[in-house]
Amino acid sequence: MELQAVLMAAGGGSRMMDLTYNTPKPLLPVGNKPLIWYPLNLLERVGFEEVIVITTKEVQKMISTDPKVKLDVKMKLDLVCIQEDADMGTADALRHIQQKVKTDVLVVSCDLITDAALHEVVDLFRAHNATLSMLMSKAHEFTETVPGQKGKKKTGEQRDFVGVDGTGKRLLFMANEADLDEGVVIRKSIMRKHPRMHIKTGLVDAHLYCLKKSVVDFLADNKSISSIRGELVPYLVRKQFSKSTNSPKVIDETHQNLKKNDSNVNLEIQISSRDEELLHLTQERSCWNDHRGDMSDAYHGGRLRCYVHIMDEGICYRVNTLAAYIEANRLAPKLFDEPAVHPSAVVSERCLIGADSIIGASCQISDKTSIKRSTIGVSTTVREKVKVTNSIIMHGVTIEEGCNIQGSVICSNAVIGRGADIKYCLVGSAQRIEPDGEHTTMSKACSA
Amino acid sequence: ETQTKCGTISLFSHLHQYSRKAPLTQQLSIPSTVIHPSIVRLGLQYSQGIVVGSNARSVALLHAFKQVIRDYTTPPNEELARDLVNKLKPYISFLNQCRPLSASMGNAIKYIKKEISNIPSQFKEEEAKTKLQKCIDCYINENVVLAAKAISKYAIKKISDGDVILVYGCSSLVNHILCEAYDKSRKFRVIVVDSRPRLEGREALRRLVQRGISCTYVLISALSYILPEVSKVFLGAHALLANGYVMSRVGTSQIALVARTFNVPVLVCCETYKFCERVQTDSFVSNELDDPDDLMVTRKGKTQLENWHDVSSLGLLNLVYDVTPPDFVDLVITDLGMIPCTSVPVVLRVKNLEQ
Repeated sequence: MELQAVLMAAGGGSRMMDLTYNTPKPLLPVGNKPLIWYPLNLLERVGFEEVIVITTKEVQKMISTDPKVKLDVKMKLDLVCIQEDADMGTADALRHIQQKVKTDVLVVSCDLITDAALHEVVDLFRAHNATLSMLMSKAHEFTETVPGQKGKKKTGEQRDFVGVDGTGKRLLFMANEADLDEGVVIRKSIMRKHPRMHIKTGLVDAHLYCLKKSVVDFLADNKSISSIRGELVPYLVRKQFSKSTNSPKVIDETHQNLKKNDSNVNLEIQISSRDEELLHLTQERSCWNDHRGDMSDAYHGGRLRCYVHIMDEGICYRVNTLAAYIEANRLAPKLFDEPAVHPSAVVSERCLIGADSIIGASCQISDKTSIKRSTIGVSTTVREKVKVTNSIIMHGVTIEEGCNIQGSVICSNAVIGRGADIKYCLVGSAQRIEPDGEHTTMSKACSA
Repeated sequence: ETQTKCGTISLFSHLHQYSRKAPLTQQLSIPSTVIHPSIVRLGLQYSQGIVVGSNARSVALLHAFKQVIRDYTTPPNEELARDLVNKLKPYISFLNQCRPLSASMGNAIKYIKKEISNIPSQFKEEEAKTKLQKCIDCYINENVVLAAKAISKYAIKKISDGDVILVYGCSSLVNHILCEAYDKSRKFRVIVVDSRPRLEGREALRRLVQRGISCTYVLISALSYILPEVSKVFLGAHALLANGYVMSRVGTSQIALVARTFNVPVLVCCETYKFCERVQTDSFVSNELDDPDDLMVTRKGKTQLENWHDVSSLGLLNLVYDVTPPDFVDLVITDLGMIPCTSVPVVLRVKNLEQ
């Protein structure tokens, strides 16, 4: 087996609590499909047959009991549950399933929506025998107004600095503004080996990583590393240039590790050491070098290599903020071929449904309604003379007559009273908006 | 009339045109199940040019085959001897699509297929697998490592103090010989001749200078300028054909021709496992076409040939190999000794008898 897929679906969605206090993030509807469907669909399309899904008991229960959550994937899903309050980071979760990991892993986050060609990332991993290979994308500005926020909110996020070499594929440097005191500090050893480095900001990290099995084993021995993105990746990127990785001592260490894990000790070590020799002979005889201008061998003799594939075009979103959630809903229909209006929806003839709207299953849309650039969830009832523009209506919502909803997010099972006028609002789960209410730019959600 | 459709040269239209823009891995599933992962990795390394050079490609191929054999299990009601050979067929055709097989790879595949077919049926699976792994190690050791040692010993006899040796491109064997000669305290200097688009000479230059050998670097256009200084020419080979022709990197025949004109001896170094039964007298009938876009040069942000596809009367040709007739080659140094070019069919006959 070449790669095992691991889907991280235990994250809380801490940056969009208004949406996630009632619905766990992996099950938030995007284009009327649960968020977790998108990475699962991506994995299925490229050819994976089974996925290890790390999630919470709550999500597992909802997947198995709630009829509205239909995952629609043919792959075998191996659900591993962790406690909600265990406060496990992604690296902790990976350590938790170390016994299940038999080969190199592809770690995906449940909030990734992308149409990236995964083979670009995996080819880098294969061709250069890399330890880490990841996916990033040029960030796009979010153009939609976010409900519940007055004015353009400053992102307030710290910038990520990503340093790549001349080819744009080898990852040389990665740091977050929060970790840097005064300026970007780059070690001389890196500069000596790679005198030309392109430093990029404004990239979106897709949280998609190909990791060697030895990294998972390394995590088992180093329990202090808790997050893949926050700690493991910068550690691996730094380790590429550390003196200890490039010394011959490392070969002995890996043989020691082999001794610990395998019962068929002698055979494995003999085979692996001879294979190492053959790989070394190949590299010696091959007249290829990854860089020019100094006297070093290919890869500067380094054993640990990190690569990144940066997408120029295409869709790549991480749905971890409200703004991203709304943008994703706009674009999600482009990712699948299903008809915009679900066949089981009851739609009256005298209503106006725009081409870029999606109507979910079992909906009831009454006369003289107008739905433009919006998503209507499963089992939602929309009465007469309602105008819905640029909004996201989740499942089981009831919208009474004459309402006008613009640029808003209405969460599941909410009820919008007759004649309400709602602009740029976020209405939480099971909330009620009183009839004839007028609300602009506010967030009405249940306080936890 | 030399163009059939835009961009293809009619004289070479019988050869497959490779393009790096359409990788084969797009159609393969991730994780790869139909093709063994180490074969997919190898194919990628071939097509991206990470593993390049006749020896390196053969060693990498045999290394991948070792992984395949290690992960192989005989299906029920099948014999390992027959089934494993059938398993290898799609892998070989996949690798051929990534990059055409070299003569050395072809010979290595013949050898391993023969070894697999000769596994006696009473061998248990583990025994058979271990035997095959040992055979592969043995083959590489004899034909690549020990052959290089033997060839160095013969070649060093031909290098005297004060020599000026000309080499072309980056031949792993020639580099090995020169490094060994330098270690044995021969005093000589090297002239590295290089050519576009591959510019492999830069890597040869790096390896020789790293050892401490004093080198000069020229492009092939300066060949007749530099040849009066040269005392010997050492060339590597991709394959030696049965009629004595040497198949090597494009440009080699030019070097041999000009060297003959200047009466400089040309010595070709080649291991016997690269000897091939094929007969070829020109570089057209069988060759490899590389990506024509490699011929484009970008200087100061400008690429002159950027839109060459749009020019209907322009075609770009990037040949990889050419054949040198035996008249231009003075000596072939092999692990069996120093032989003239015309003795190649004799060596092939002797090898066939041995098998």
